[in-house]
Amino acid sequence: MKARVFVTLKPGVLDPQGKAIHHALEGLGFAGVNDVRAGKLIELDLADGTSDGDIEEMCRKLLANTVIENFRIERLEDA
Amino acid sequence: MKSAVIVFPGSNCDRDIAVALEQVTGRKPAMVWHRDSALPDGTDFIALPGGFSYGDYLRSGAMAARSPIMAAVRDAAARGVPVIGICNGFQVLTEAGLLPGALMRNAGLSFVCRPVPLKVENSQSLFTCGYEAGETVHFPVAHHDGNYQADEATLDRLEDEGRVAFRYLDAVNGSARQIAGILNDTGNVLGLMPHPERAIEPAHGGTDGRRLFEGLLETVA
Repeated sequence: MKARVFVTLKPGVLDPQGKAIHHALEGLGFAGVNDVRAGKLIELDLADGTSDGDIEEMCRKLLANTVIENFRIERLEDA
Repeated sequence: MKSAVIVFPGSNCDRDIAVALEQVTGRKPAMVWHRDSALPDGTDFIALPGGFSYGDYLRSGAMAARSPIMAAVRDAAARGVPVIGICNGFQVLTEAGLLPGALMRNAGLSFVCRPVPLKVENSQSLFTCGYEAGETVHFPVAHHDGNYQADEATLDRLEDEGRVAFRYLDAVNGSARQIAGILNDTGNVLGLMPHPERAIEPAHGGTDGRRLFEGLLETVA
C-alpha cells in the first residue's frame, strides 16, 4: 500500500522560497502568476493494513511541523 | 559545573562549545553521542551545538529532535537542568517542543555569516545574568534557517513574560520582532541563533560571549 503526504506551509506563514520561485517565474516572462507556495511531497510505501491513524501520527510526530505546516494524506490503494 | 555536549551526526560546533566550556569552567565537558540514552550522572548543564544535524533533512533539527538522547535531555530540562541550544541546537529545541515557535528559511534566502549586534533584553536569566539589560553585545551568526516565527499570541506571551533573551538590532533573517534568542517558561532552557561560544577569546574578534558562560558558571556551580 502506498500513501502520499503533502506538507504545506500554513496560510499566512511567510514562504521566502515560494516568493523566490515566483520572482524567477516572472523573470522567465510567465505573466499572471499571483502567488507561489512551496511545500513537500513525501511518498510512503506501507505495510498493508496501516491505518489512517498511523499515518496521521507519523505526520504529527515527524513529517510535518504543525507549528508552521499543514499536512494532507492521500492513500493510493492500488499502487 | 559538569556539562554535557550532545553530538549529532552533522554537528560542527560541538568542539567550539566544548573549548568554550572548558576555558570558562576549567572542566572538559562530556561529549554525549545522540544514540546514547542517558546523560552522565550529575550532569548540571547541557549544550546542543550548532551545525547541520542530519544534513538539515526534512527540516533543520527535525531528525535530531527525535533521537534517543533527547528523552534524557527533556527529563533533565523538566528537572530544571539548564539547557542551551545554539543555532542548530535552537532548531532542535523548537522541533523537540522544548521551546515554542519554529525557525524558517532566512527571509533573504541567503546564508548569513557575520558578527551581529544584539540587544540583551533580559539580564535576569541563568544565561544572561552576566549582562546588563539593554546592553549591546556582538556574537557571530552563521545560519540559513534562523527566521524565528510563532503566532502573535505566542510572541506576545514571550515578550510579556520577559522570555526574549536577545534581539537583533538589525534585520538579519526576517525573524518576528527581530527575536534572536528565547527562554522557556521556567527560564532554564535558552535557544539562540547567534554563537556566544565563538566570541570567547580576543582572537575571535570579540569576547562578548564569555560572560554568558561565566554567568552560568556562577549560578550553577
